[in-house]
Amino acid sequence: MSIKAHFRLDWPGFTLDAALDLPRRGVTAVFGQSGCGKTTLLRCIAGLERGAGRLEVNGEVWQDAGRFVPTHLRPLGYVFQDARLFAHLDVGRNLDFGMRRNRGAAMPGRDPIIELLGLGPLLERMPERLSGGEQQRVAIARALLTAPRLLLMDEPLASLDHARKQEILPYLERLRDELEIPVIYVSHAADEVARLADHIVVMEDGHTVAQGPLAETLARVDLPIRLGEDAGAVFEATVAERDAEWHLARVEFDGGELWVRDSGAAIGKRVRLRILARDVSIAASRHDDVSIMNMLPATVAAHAGEDHPALVMVQLRVGGTALLARLTRRSAQRLDLAPGRRVWAQIKAVALIG
Amino acid sequence: MLNPADLAAIWLTCKLATTTTVLLLLIGTPIAWWLARTRSWWKGPVGAVVALPIVLPPTVLGFYLLLLMGPDGAVGRFTEWAGVGLLPFTFWGLVLASVFYSMPFVVQPIQNAFEAIGERPLEAAATLRAAPLDAFFSVAVPLARPGFITATILGFAHTVGEFGVVLMIGGNIPDKTRVVSVLIYDHVEALEYGQAHWLAGGMVAFSFLVLLALYAFTGRKTR
Repeated sequence: MSIKAHFRLDWPGFTLDAALDLPRRGVTAVFGQSGCGKTTLLRCIAGLERGAGRLEVNGEVWQDAGRFVPTHLRPLGYVFQDARLFAHLDVGRNLDFGMRRNRGAAMPGRDPIIELLGLGPLLERMPERLSGGEQQRVAIARALLTAPRLLLMDEPLASLDHARKQEILPYLERLRDELEIPVIYVSHAADEVARLADHIVVMEDGHTVAQGPLAETLARVDLPIRLGEDAGAVFEATVAERDAEWHLARVEFDGGELWVRDSGAAIGKRVRLRILARDVSIAASRHDDVSIMNMLPATVAAHAGEDHPALVMVQLRVGGTALLARLTRRSAQRLDLAPGRRVWAQIKAVALIG
Repeated sequence: MLNPADLAAIWLTCKLATTTTVLLLLIGTPIAWWLARTRSWWKGPVGAVVALPIVLPPTVLGFYLLLLMGPDGAVGRFTEWAGVGLLPFTFWGLVLASVFYSMPFVVQPIQNAFEAIGERPLEAAATLRAAPLDAFFSVAVPLARPGFITATILGFAHTVGEFGVVLMIGGNIPDKTRVVSVLIYDHVEALEYGQAHWLAGGMVAFSFLVLLALYAFTGRKTR
Protein backbone atom coordinates (compact mmCIF):
# COMPACT_ATOMS: atom_id res chain seq x y z
CA MET A 1 0.00 0.00 0.00
CA SER A 2 1.61 3.20 -1.13
CA ILE A 3 1.68 5.85 -3.79
CA LYS A 4 3.64 5.03 -6.89
CA ALA A 5 3.84 7.46 -9.74
CA HIS A 6 5.84 8.53 -12.68
CA PHE A 7 4.95 11.39 -14.97
CA ARG A 8 6.39 12.89 -18.05
CA LEU A 9 5.20 16.18 -19.43
CA ASP A 10 6.79 18.19 -22.22
CA TRP A 11 6.01 21.87 -22.41
CA PRO A 12 7.92 24.48 -24.37
CA GLY A 13 10.96 25.24 -22.18
CA PHE A 14 10.01 22.84 -19.41
CA THR A 15 10.07 19.09 -19.00
CA LEU A 16 8.65 17.27 -16.03
CA ASP A 17 10.10 13.83 -15.54
CA ALA A 18 9.27 12.71 -12.04
CA ALA A 19 9.09 9.38 -10.26
CA LEU A 20 7.62 8.92 -6.81
CA ASP A 21 7.34 6.06 -4.39
CA LEU A 22 5.78 7.26 -1.17
CA PRO A 23 4.65 5.57 2.02
CA ARG A 24 0.94 5.39 2.72
CA ARG A 25 1.09 7.40 5.92
CA GLY A 26 2.70 10.61 7.00
CA VAL A 27 3.63 13.88 5.37
CA THR A 28 5.81 13.84 2.29
CA ALA A 29 7.34 17.19 1.44
CA VAL A 30 8.04 17.89 -2.22
CA PHE A 31 10.85 20.38 -1.90
CA GLY A 32 12.60 22.52 -4.49
CA GLN A 33 13.13 25.99 -5.87
CA SER A 34 10.32 27.94 -7.54
CA GLY A 35 9.78 26.72 -11.06
CA CYS A 36 11.27 23.26 -10.49
CA GLY A 37 7.96 21.54 -11.24
CA LYS A 38 6.65 20.81 -7.74
CA THR A 39 3.22 22.25 -8.39
CA THR A 40 3.02 20.64 -11.82
CA LEU A 41 3.80 17.27 -10.23
CA LEU A 42 1.04 17.83 -7.68
CA ARG A 43 -1.40 18.82 -10.43
CA CYS A 44 -0.53 15.64 -12.33
CA ILE A 45 -1.37 13.60 -9.23
CA ALA A 46 -4.69 15.42 -8.95
CA GLY A 47 -5.47 14.92 -12.63
CA LEU A 48 -5.50 18.69 -13.25
CA GLU A 49 -2.66 18.23 -15.74
CA ARG A 50 -2.45 15.29 -18.03
CA GLY A 51 1.00 14.04 -18.86
CA ALA A 52 2.16 10.63 -19.90
CA GLY A 53 2.77 8.23 -17.08
CA ARG A 54 1.25 6.09 -14.42
CA LEU A 55 -0.22 6.74 -11.00
CA GLU A 56 -1.26 4.19 -8.45
CA VAL A 57 -2.64 5.16 -5.05
CA ASN A 58 -3.11 2.43 -2.47
CA GLY A 59 -3.48 -0.18 -5.16
CA GLU A 60 -5.95 1.81 -7.29
CA VAL A 61 -4.76 2.90 -10.71
CA TRP A 62 -5.69 6.53 -11.32
CA GLN A 63 -3.70 6.90 -14.50
CA ASP A 64 -2.17 4.47 -16.92
CA ALA A 65 -1.63 4.15 -20.66
CA GLY A 66 -5.33 3.69 -21.41
CA ARG A 67 -6.82 5.08 -18.25
CA PHE A 68 -7.24 8.56 -16.81
CA VAL A 69 -9.58 9.00 -13.88
CA PRO A 70 -10.92 12.57 -14.02
CA THR A 71 -10.19 14.77 -11.04
CA HIS A 72 -13.72 14.73 -9.65
CA LEU A 73 -13.66 10.94 -9.39
CA ARG A 74 -10.33 10.80 -7.52
CA PRO A 75 -10.81 10.56 -3.74
CA LEU A 76 -8.31 13.32 -2.96
CA GLY A 77 -8.27 16.64 -1.21
CA TYR A 78 -6.39 19.56 -2.74
CA VAL A 79 -5.39 22.73 -0.91
CA PHE A 80 -4.35 25.40 -3.41
CA GLN A 81 -1.78 28.07 -2.69
CA ASP A 82 -4.47 30.71 -3.20
CA ALA A 83 -7.21 28.97 -1.13
CA ARG A 84 -9.78 29.27 -3.96
CA LEU A 85 -12.82 29.50 -1.74
CA PHE A 86 -16.04 30.02 -3.68
CA ALA A 87 -16.76 33.74 -3.46
CA HIS A 88 -20.54 33.25 -3.76
CA LEU A 89 -20.79 30.91 -0.76
CA ASP A 90 -20.22 31.61 2.92
CA VAL A 91 -17.71 29.58 4.91
CA GLY A 92 -20.26 26.98 6.02
CA ARG A 93 -21.48 26.41 2.46
CA ASN A 94 -17.91 26.26 1.18
CA LEU A 95 -17.31 23.47 3.69
CA ASP A 96 -20.50 21.68 2.67
CA PHE A 97 -19.71 21.87 -1.05
CA GLY A 98 -17.40 18.88 -1.11
CA MET A 99 -19.03 17.12 1.81
CA ARG A 100 -22.42 16.95 0.05
CA ARG A 101 -20.85 15.51 -3.09
CA ASN A 102 -18.94 12.86 -1.25
CA ARG A 103 -21.40 10.01 -1.21
CA GLY A 104 -20.41 6.67 0.18
CA ALA A 105 -17.07 7.42 1.81
CA ALA A 106 -16.96 7.49 5.59
CA MET A 107 -17.63 10.99 6.90
CA PRO A 108 -14.81 12.51 8.89
CA GLY A 109 -17.38 14.51 10.85
CA ARG A 110 -17.99 18.17 10.21
CA ASP A 111 -17.81 19.37 13.79
CA PRO A 112 -14.47 17.81 14.74
CA ILE A 113 -12.84 19.31 11.67
CA ILE A 114 -14.36 22.74 12.29
CA GLU A 115 -13.02 22.40 15.83
CA LEU A 116 -9.60 21.17 14.68
CA LEU A 117 -9.11 24.19 12.43
CA GLY A 118 -10.80 26.67 14.72
CA LEU A 119 -13.51 27.70 12.24
CA GLY A 120 -16.50 27.88 14.57
CA PRO A 121 -16.77 31.70 14.65
CA LEU A 122 -16.26 32.05 10.88
CA LEU A 123 -19.02 29.83 9.49
CA GLU A 124 -21.35 32.60 8.36
CA ARG A 125 -18.72 34.91 6.93
CA MET A 126 -18.18 35.40 3.22
CA PRO A 127 -14.67 34.49 1.96
CA GLU A 128 -13.86 38.09 1.02
CA ARG A 129 -14.17 39.00 4.70
CA LEU A 130 -11.55 36.49 5.85
CA SER A 131 -7.83 37.05 6.34
CA GLY A 132 -5.42 35.03 4.21
CA GLY A 133 -4.72 32.66 7.09
CA GLU A 134 -8.41 32.13 7.79
CA GLN A 135 -9.10 31.46 4.11
CA GLN A 136 -6.38 28.85 4.06
CA ARG A 137 -7.78 27.14 7.17
CA VAL A 138 -11.22 27.01 5.55
CA ALA A 139 -9.67 25.58 2.37
CA ILE A 140 -7.93 22.86 4.40
CA ALA A 141 -11.14 21.97 6.24
CA ARG A 142 -13.09 21.98 2.98
CA ALA A 143 -10.62 19.52 1.47
CA LEU A 144 -10.67 17.27 4.55
CA LEU A 145 -14.47 17.13 4.58
CA THR A 146 -14.47 15.28 1.27
CA ALA A 147 -13.00 12.34 3.24
CA PRO A 148 -9.96 12.19 0.94
CA ARG A 149 -7.71 9.18 0.82
CA LEU A 150 -4.81 11.44 -0.19
CA LEU A 151 -4.34 15.08 0.75
CA LEU A 152 -2.39 17.33 -1.61
CA MET A 153 -1.21 20.71 -0.34
CA ASP A 154 0.39 23.23 -2.67
CA GLU A 155 2.42 25.70 -0.59
CA PRO A 156 -0.53 26.49 1.64
CA LEU A 157 1.59 28.98 3.59
CA ALA A 158 3.43 30.67 0.74
CA SER A 159 1.02 33.56 0.34
CA LEU A 160 0.97 34.33 4.07
CA ASP A 161 3.18 36.62 6.12
CA HIS A 162 5.30 35.32 8.97
CA ALA A 163 2.69 35.90 11.68
CA ARG A 164 -0.08 34.14 9.69
CA LYS A 165 2.29 31.23 9.04
CA GLN A 166 2.94 30.83 12.76
CA GLU A 167 -0.83 30.87 13.23
CA ILE A 168 -1.42 27.98 10.80
CA LEU A 169 1.63 25.79 11.47
CA PRO A 170 0.27 24.41 14.76
CA TYR A 171 -2.93 23.39 12.94
CA LEU A 172 -0.86 21.62 10.30
CA GLU A 173 1.11 19.81 12.99
CA ARG A 174 -2.11 18.63 14.58
CA LEU A 175 -3.29 17.43 11.19
CA ARG A 176 -0.06 15.55 10.65
CA ASP A 177 -0.43 13.83 13.99
CA GLU A 178 -4.15 13.04 13.66
CA LEU A 179 -4.64 12.21 10.00
CA GLU A 180 -4.56 8.61 8.91
CA ILE A 181 -4.03 9.49 5.27
CA PRO A 182 -0.90 10.37 3.32
CA VAL A 183 -0.25 14.05 2.74
CA ILE A 184 1.88 15.43 -0.09
CA TYR A 185 3.04 18.89 0.85
CA VAL A 186 4.72 21.08 -1.74
CA SER A 187 7.04 23.72 -0.36
CA HIS A 188 10.14 25.74 -1.11
CA ALA A 189 10.61 26.69 2.55
CA ALA A 190 13.14 24.44 4.31
CA ASP A 191 11.88 25.38 7.77
CA GLU A 192 8.32 24.25 6.98
CA VAL A 193 9.65 21.01 5.56
CA ALA A 194 11.86 20.38 8.60
CA ARG A 195 8.95 21.02 10.88
CA LEU A 196 6.18 19.07 9.15
CA ALA A 197 7.56 16.35 6.91
CA ASP A 198 8.32 12.71 7.64
CA HIS A 199 9.48 11.99 4.15
CA ILE A 200 11.00 14.24 1.51
CA VAL A 201 11.20 14.39 -2.27
CA VAL A 202 13.73 16.85 -3.63
CA MET A 203 13.03 18.25 -7.07
CA GLU A 204 15.25 20.14 -9.42
CA ASP A 205 14.50 21.37 -12.91
CA GLY A 206 11.52 19.09 -13.44
CA HIS A 207 13.23 16.00 -12.07
CA THR A 208 12.98 14.19 -8.76
CA VAL A 209 16.61 14.06 -7.61
CA ALA A 210 16.26 12.39 -4.20
CA GLN A 211 13.63 10.94 -1.93
CA GLY A 212 13.50 9.12 1.37
CA PRO A 213 12.83 9.51 5.08
CA LEU A 214 13.41 13.08 6.18
CA ALA A 215 16.30 12.68 8.64
CA GLU A 216 18.22 10.30 6.42
CA THR A 217 17.72 12.36 3.26
CA LEU A 218 18.52 15.72 4.80
CA ALA A 219 21.76 14.33 6.22
CA ARG A 220 23.06 13.22 2.84
CA VAL A 221 26.18 15.12 1.88
CA ASP A 222 25.41 15.09 -1.83
CA LEU A 223 22.10 16.94 -1.38
CA PRO A 224 23.01 19.81 0.95
CA ILE A 225 24.75 21.31 -2.03
CA ARG A 226 21.28 22.07 -3.30
CA LEU A 227 19.89 23.19 0.03
CA GLY A 228 22.62 25.81 0.56
CA GLU A 229 22.17 27.85 3.73
CA ASP A 230 19.23 25.63 4.72
CA ALA A 231 21.29 22.45 4.84
CA GLY A 232 21.08 20.76 8.19
CA ALA A 233 20.05 17.69 10.11
CA VAL A 234 16.60 17.05 11.55
CA PHE A 235 15.97 14.33 14.10
CA GLU A 236 13.76 13.44 17.02
CA ALA A 237 14.60 13.59 20.70
CA THR A 238 12.89 13.23 24.07
CA VAL A 239 12.80 15.89 26.78
CA ALA A 240 14.62 14.39 29.77
CA GLU A 241 15.19 17.25 32.19
CA ARG A 242 14.18 20.87 32.61
CA ASP A 243 16.46 23.32 34.36
CA ALA A 244 14.38 26.11 35.87
CA GLU A 245 17.35 28.27 36.87
CA TRP A 246 18.82 28.58 33.38
CA HIS A 247 15.62 28.02 31.39
CA LEU A 248 17.19 25.12 29.59
CA ALA A 249 16.02 21.63 28.78
CA ARG A 250 18.07 18.50 28.32
CA VAL A 251 16.92 16.34 25.43
CA GLU A 252 18.07 12.82 24.68
CA PHE A 253 18.43 11.43 21.19
CA ASP A 254 19.82 8.32 19.62
CA GLY A 255 23.51 8.95 20.23
CA GLY A 256 23.66 11.49 23.01
CA GLU A 257 22.05 14.46 24.66
CA LEU A 258 21.84 18.19 24.09
CA TRP A 259 20.91 21.24 26.10
CA VAL A 260 18.37 23.44 24.34
CA ARG A 261 16.33 26.47 25.28
CA ASP A 262 13.33 25.35 27.31
CA SER A 263 10.27 25.63 25.04
CA GLY A 264 7.87 24.52 27.75
CA ALA A 265 7.62 20.96 26.43
CA ALA A 266 6.92 18.50 29.26
CA ILE A 267 9.43 15.87 30.35
CA GLY A 268 9.00 12.72 28.26
CA LYS A 269 7.66 14.57 25.23
CA ARG A 270 9.00 13.75 21.78
CA VAL A 271 10.35 16.84 20.05
CA ARG A 272 11.92 17.50 16.69
CA LEU A 273 15.33 19.18 16.55
CA ARG A 274 17.03 20.90 13.68
CA ILE A 275 20.72 21.66 13.55
CA LEU A 276 21.92 23.67 10.58
CA ALA A 277 25.21 22.64 9.01
CA ARG A 278 26.56 26.16 9.33
CA ASP A 279 26.04 26.01 13.13
CA VAL A 280 28.25 22.95 13.59
CA SER A 281 32.02 23.21 13.86
CA ILE A 282 34.53 20.44 14.40
CA ALA A 283 37.35 20.17 16.92
CA ALA A 284 40.02 17.50 17.14
CA SER A 285 39.86 17.48 20.93
CA ARG A 286 37.39 18.50 23.58
CA HIS A 287 37.49 22.13 24.64
CA ASP A 288 35.86 23.34 27.83
CA ASP A 289 36.94 26.98 27.58
CA VAL A 290 34.47 27.99 24.86
CA SER A 291 30.95 29.37 25.06
CA ILE A 292 29.53 26.46 23.15
CA MET A 293 27.41 24.34 25.42
CA ASN A 294 26.82 21.29 23.27
CA MET A 295 29.81 19.17 22.33
CA LEU A 296 29.37 15.65 21.10
CA PRO A 297 31.89 12.95 20.26
CA ALA A 298 31.40 12.07 16.63
CA THR A 299 32.85 10.08 13.78
CA VAL A 300 33.41 11.52 10.32
CA ALA A 301 31.21 9.52 7.93
CA ALA A 302 31.55 11.29 4.60
CA HIS A 303 32.26 14.62 3.02
CA ALA A 304 31.60 16.40 -0.23
CA GLY A 305 32.38 19.71 -1.87
CA GLU A 306 29.99 22.61 -1.49
CA ASP A 307 28.76 25.04 -4.13
CA HIS A 308 31.51 27.46 -3.12
CA PRO A 309 35.01 26.00 -3.66
CA ALA A 310 36.16 27.16 -0.21
CA LEU A 311 33.60 25.01 1.62
CA VAL A 312 33.00 21.36 2.34
CA MET A 313 30.05 19.54 3.86
CA VAL A 314 30.97 16.88 6.40
CA GLN A 315 28.60 14.20 7.61
CA LEU A 316 29.17 13.17 11.22
CA ARG A 317 27.81 10.12 13.02
CA VAL A 318 26.79 10.60 16.63
CA GLY A 319 25.55 7.20 17.68
CA GLY A 320 22.57 6.46 15.44
CA THR A 321 22.13 10.06 14.36
CA ALA A 322 23.70 11.90 11.46
CA LEU A 323 24.74 15.55 11.70
CA LEU A 324 26.03 17.86 9.02
CA ALA A 325 28.83 20.35 9.49
CA ARG A 326 29.84 22.96 6.95
CA LEU A 327 33.43 24.14 7.17
CA THR A 328 36.14 25.51 5.00
CA ARG A 329 38.14 23.11 2.93
CA ARG A 330 41.32 24.38 4.58
CA SER A 331 40.04 23.50 8.08
CA ALA A 332 38.94 20.12 6.86
CA GLN A 333 42.41 19.43 5.52
CA ARG A 334 44.15 20.78 8.63
CA LEU A 335 42.06 18.50 10.85
CA ASP A 336 42.56 15.61 8.44
CA LEU A 337 38.83 14.79 8.36
CA ALA A 338 38.97 11.47 6.59
CA PRO A 339 36.03 9.10 7.06
CA GLY A 340 36.40 7.16 10.29
CA ARG A 341 38.23 9.93 12.16
CA ARG A 342 37.02 10.59 15.73
CA VAL A 343 36.29 14.25 16.43
CA TRP A 344 34.17 16.55 18.59
CA ALA A 345 31.17 18.28 17.07
CA GLN A 346 30.61 21.73 18.55
CA ILE A 347 27.00 22.77 18.11
CA LYS A 348 26.35 26.46 18.25
CA ALA A 349 22.57 26.42 17.87
CA VAL A 350 19.82 23.85 18.09
CA ALA A 351 16.31 24.72 16.97
CA LEU A 352 13.45 22.93 18.65
CA ILE A 353 10.88 22.84 15.89
CA GLY A 354 7.89 21.22 17.52
CA MET B 1 -53.23 59.23 -25.08
CA LEU B 2 -52.45 55.67 -26.11
CA ASN B 3 -55.10 54.03 -28.27
CA PRO B 4 -55.79 50.25 -28.45
CA ALA B 5 -53.42 49.87 -31.41
CA ASP B 6 -50.64 51.49 -29.39
CA LEU B 7 -51.33 49.21 -26.43
CA ALA B 8 -51.35 46.16 -28.69
CA ALA B 9 -47.98 47.23 -30.10
CA ILE B 10 -46.54 47.72 -26.62
CA TRP B 11 -47.80 44.30 -25.54
CA LEU B 12 -46.38 42.68 -28.68
CA THR B 13 -43.04 44.39 -28.14
CA CYS B 14 -42.81 43.13 -24.56
CA LYS B 15 -43.77 39.61 -25.67
CA LEU B 16 -41.17 39.64 -28.44
CA ALA B 17 -38.41 40.98 -26.18
CA THR B 18 -39.19 38.53 -23.38
CA THR B 19 -39.35 35.51 -25.70
CA THR B 20 -36.16 36.55 -27.43
CA THR B 21 -34.28 37.15 -24.17
CA VAL B 22 -35.30 33.81 -22.69
CA LEU B 23 -34.29 31.98 -25.87
CA LEU B 24 -31.02 33.90 -26.03
CA LEU B 25 -30.10 33.04 -22.45
CA LEU B 26 -30.68 29.38 -23.28
CA ILE B 27 -28.77 29.45 -26.58
CA GLY B 28 -26.24 32.13 -25.72
CA THR B 29 -24.97 30.63 -22.46
CA PRO B 30 -23.44 27.51 -24.03
CA ILE B 31 -22.00 29.63 -26.85
CA ALA B 32 -20.51 32.07 -24.31
CA TRP B 33 -19.12 29.16 -22.27
CA TRP B 34 -17.52 27.65 -25.34
CA LEU B 35 -16.10 30.99 -26.50
CA ALA B 36 -14.74 31.72 -23.03
CA ARG B 37 -12.92 28.42 -22.66
CA THR B 38 -12.04 27.02 -26.06
CA ARG B 39 -8.53 27.09 -27.44
CA SER B 40 -9.87 26.03 -30.82
CA TRP B 41 -9.03 27.82 -34.03
CA TRP B 42 -12.78 28.35 -34.47
CA LYS B 43 -13.01 30.76 -31.55
CA GLY B 44 -12.14 33.76 -33.75
CA PRO B 45 -14.58 33.04 -36.61
CA VAL B 46 -17.45 32.08 -34.30
CA GLY B 47 -16.88 35.13 -32.10
CA ALA B 48 -16.87 37.35 -35.18
CA VAL B 49 -20.13 35.87 -36.51
CA VAL B 50 -21.79 36.40 -33.12
CA ALA B 51 -20.62 40.03 -33.12
CA LEU B 52 -21.67 40.79 -36.73
CA PRO B 53 -25.05 42.38 -35.83
CA ILE B 54 -23.19 45.09 -33.89
CA VAL B 55 -21.65 46.44 -37.09
CA LEU B 56 -24.04 45.37 -39.85
CA PRO B 57 -26.94 47.61 -40.85
CA PRO B 58 -30.14 45.86 -39.64
CA THR B 59 -31.42 45.90 -43.20
CA VAL B 60 -28.55 43.70 -44.34
CA LEU B 61 -29.24 41.20 -41.59
CA GLY B 62 -32.96 41.41 -42.32
CA PHE B 63 -32.43 40.92 -46.04
CA TYR B 64 -30.46 37.69 -45.64
CA LEU B 65 -32.77 36.37 -42.94
CA LEU B 66 -35.72 37.07 -45.25
CA LEU B 67 -34.09 35.04 -48.00
CA LEU B 68 -33.18 32.24 -45.59
CA MET B 69 -36.68 32.03 -44.17
CA GLY B 70 -38.35 32.41 -47.56
CA PRO B 71 -39.71 29.52 -49.67
CA ASP B 72 -36.32 29.01 -51.36
CA GLY B 73 -34.19 29.43 -48.23
CA ALA B 74 -32.86 26.58 -46.11
CA VAL B 75 -34.83 27.64 -43.04
CA GLY B 76 -37.96 28.19 -45.11
CA ARG B 77 -37.77 24.73 -46.66
CA PHE B 78 -37.27 23.24 -43.24
CA THR B 79 -40.21 25.07 -41.64
CA GLU B 80 -42.47 24.13 -44.55
CA TRP B 81 -41.34 20.52 -44.33
CA ALA B 82 -41.98 20.61 -40.57
CA GLY B 83 -45.51 21.85 -41.25
CA VAL B 84 -45.27 25.28 -39.59
CA GLY B 85 -45.32 27.22 -42.85
CA LEU B 86 -43.09 30.17 -43.69
CA LEU B 87 -41.77 32.43 -40.95
CA PRO B 88 -41.55 35.89 -42.60
CA PHE B 89 -44.41 38.16 -41.52
CA THR B 90 -45.13 36.06 -38.43
CA PHE B 91 -44.36 36.60 -34.76
CA TRP B 92 -41.96 33.64 -34.69
CA GLY B 93 -40.18 34.97 -37.71
CA LEU B 94 -39.53 38.14 -35.70
CA VAL B 95 -38.35 36.06 -32.75
CA LEU B 96 -35.87 34.17 -34.91
CA ALA B 97 -34.56 37.41 -36.43
CA SER B 98 -34.32 39.07 -33.01
CA VAL B 99 -32.34 36.14 -31.65
CA PHE B 100 -29.66 36.78 -34.27
CA TYR B 101 -29.94 40.53 -33.98
CA SER B 102 -29.53 40.64 -30.17
CA MET B 103 -27.15 37.69 -29.85
CA PRO B 104 -23.95 39.69 -29.21
CA PHE B 105 -25.59 41.72 -26.46
CA VAL B 106 -26.34 38.54 -24.54
CA VAL B 107 -23.34 36.38 -25.43
CA GLN B 108 -20.62 38.94 -24.82
CA PRO B 109 -21.42 39.91 -21.20
CA ILE B 110 -21.77 36.24 -20.25
CA GLN B 111 -18.59 35.33 -22.10
CA ASN B 112 -16.71 38.13 -20.32
CA ALA B 113 -18.02 36.95 -16.97
CA PHE B 114 -16.96 33.35 -17.64
CA GLU B 115 -13.53 34.54 -18.77
CA ALA B 116 -13.12 36.61 -15.62
CA ILE B 117 -13.93 33.59 -13.44
CA GLY B 118 -11.21 31.58 -15.15
CA GLU B 119 -10.18 28.02 -14.53
CA ARG B 120 -9.33 28.26 -10.83
CA PRO B 121 -12.73 27.92 -9.13
CA LEU B 122 -13.62 25.12 -11.53
CA GLU B 123 -10.45 23.23 -10.67
CA ALA B 124 -11.30 23.67 -7.01
CA ALA B 125 -14.79 22.33 -7.69
CA ALA B 126 -13.33 19.29 -9.47
CA THR B 127 -11.12 18.51 -6.47
CA LEU B 128 -14.28 18.70 -4.34
CA ARG B 129 -15.92 15.94 -6.42
CA ALA B 130 -18.09 18.17 -8.63
CA ALA B 131 -18.51 16.73 -12.14
CA PRO B 132 -18.11 19.26 -14.96
CA LEU B 133 -21.86 19.92 -15.43
CA ASP B 134 -22.34 20.17 -11.67
CA ALA B 135 -19.45 22.64 -11.41
CA PHE B 136 -20.95 24.68 -14.26
CA PHE B 137 -24.27 25.14 -12.47
CA SER B 138 -23.03 25.31 -8.89
CA VAL B 139 -19.90 27.43 -9.40
CA ALA B 140 -19.60 29.04 -12.85
CA VAL B 141 -23.19 30.29 -13.24
CA PRO B 142 -23.52 31.79 -9.73
CA LEU B 143 -20.13 33.49 -10.04
CA ALA B 144 -21.13 34.86 -13.46
CA ARG B 145 -24.37 36.30 -12.11
CA PRO B 146 -23.48 39.95 -12.88
CA GLY B 147 -22.80 38.93 -16.49
CA PHE B 148 -26.17 37.22 -16.73
CA ILE B 149 -27.98 40.27 -15.36
CA THR B 150 -26.22 42.59 -17.78
CA ALA B 151 -26.96 40.17 -20.63
CA THR B 152 -30.66 39.98 -19.74
CA ILE B 153 -31.06 43.75 -19.55
CA LEU B 154 -29.15 44.44 -22.75
CA GLY B 155 -30.80 41.60 -24.67
CA PHE B 156 -34.26 42.77 -23.71
CA ALA B 157 -33.60 46.46 -24.33
CA HIS B 158 -31.87 45.88 -27.63
CA THR B 159 -34.75 43.76 -28.91
CA VAL B 160 -37.25 46.45 -27.88
CA GLY B 161 -35.21 48.94 -29.88
CA GLU B 162 -35.01 47.05 -33.16
CA PHE B 163 -36.61 48.57 -36.24
CA GLY B 164 -34.86 47.76 -39.48
CA VAL B 165 -34.87 44.00 -39.05
CA VAL B 166 -38.56 44.02 -38.08
CA LEU B 167 -39.45 46.00 -41.13
CA MET B 168 -37.55 43.63 -43.41
CA ILE B 169 -38.85 40.39 -41.87
CA GLY B 170 -42.15 41.21 -40.26
CA GLY B 171 -43.60 44.16 -42.06
CA ASN B 172 -46.33 45.89 -40.19
CA ILE B 173 -49.17 43.52 -39.31
CA PRO B 174 -51.23 44.62 -36.28
CA ASP B 175 -51.04 42.21 -33.32
CA LYS B 176 -48.56 40.00 -35.16
CA THR B 177 -45.53 42.01 -36.15
CA ARG B 178 -46.35 45.66 -35.53
CA VAL B 179 -44.03 46.53 -32.63
CA VAL B 180 -43.65 49.96 -31.02
CA SER B 181 -40.76 51.17 -33.15
CA VAL B 182 -42.67 50.41 -36.37
CA LEU B 183 -45.85 52.00 -35.08
CA ILE B 184 -43.98 55.21 -34.27
CA TYR B 185 -42.86 55.26 -37.90
CA ASP B 186 -46.48 54.79 -38.99
CA HIS B 187 -47.69 57.63 -36.77
CA VAL B 188 -45.06 59.97 -38.14
CA GLU B 189 -45.87 58.98 -41.73
CA ALA B 190 -49.52 59.76 -41.01
CA LEU B 191 -48.54 63.05 -39.35
CA GLU B 192 -50.01 61.85 -36.02
CA TYR B 193 -47.26 63.55 -34.06
CA GLY B 194 -49.21 63.45 -30.78
CA GLN B 195 -49.47 59.66 -30.89
CA ALA B 196 -45.84 59.41 -31.96
CA HIS B 197 -44.80 61.51 -28.96
CA TRP B 198 -46.46 59.20 -26.46
CA LEU B 199 -44.70 56.14 -27.82
CA ALA B 200 -41.39 57.80 -28.61
CA GLY B 201 -41.27 59.52 -25.23
CA GLY B 202 -42.13 56.24 -23.59
CA MET B 203 -39.23 54.56 -25.39
CA VAL B 204 -36.83 57.27 -24.25
CA ALA B 205 -37.99 56.90 -20.65
CA PHE B 206 -37.81 53.11 -20.85
CA SER B 207 -34.33 53.10 -22.33
CA PHE B 208 -33.10 55.63 -19.82
CA LEU B 209 -34.43 53.62 -16.89
CA VAL B 210 -32.96 50.40 -18.23
CA LEU B 211 -29.51 51.92 -18.65
CA LEU B 212 -29.75 53.63 -15.27
CA ALA B 213 -30.58 50.30 -13.65
CA LEU B 214 -27.70 48.66 -15.48
CA TYR B 215 -25.14 51.27 -14.45
CA ALA B 216 -26.41 51.32 -10.89
CA PHE B 217 -26.02 47.55 -10.82
CA THR B 218 -22.57 47.34 -12.39
CA GLY B 219 -21.38 50.29 -10.31
CA ARG B 220 -22.43 48.50 -7.15
CA LYS B 221 -20.60 45.38 -8.25
CA THR B 222 -17.28 47.03 -8.89
CA ARG B 223 -17.21 49.03 -5.70
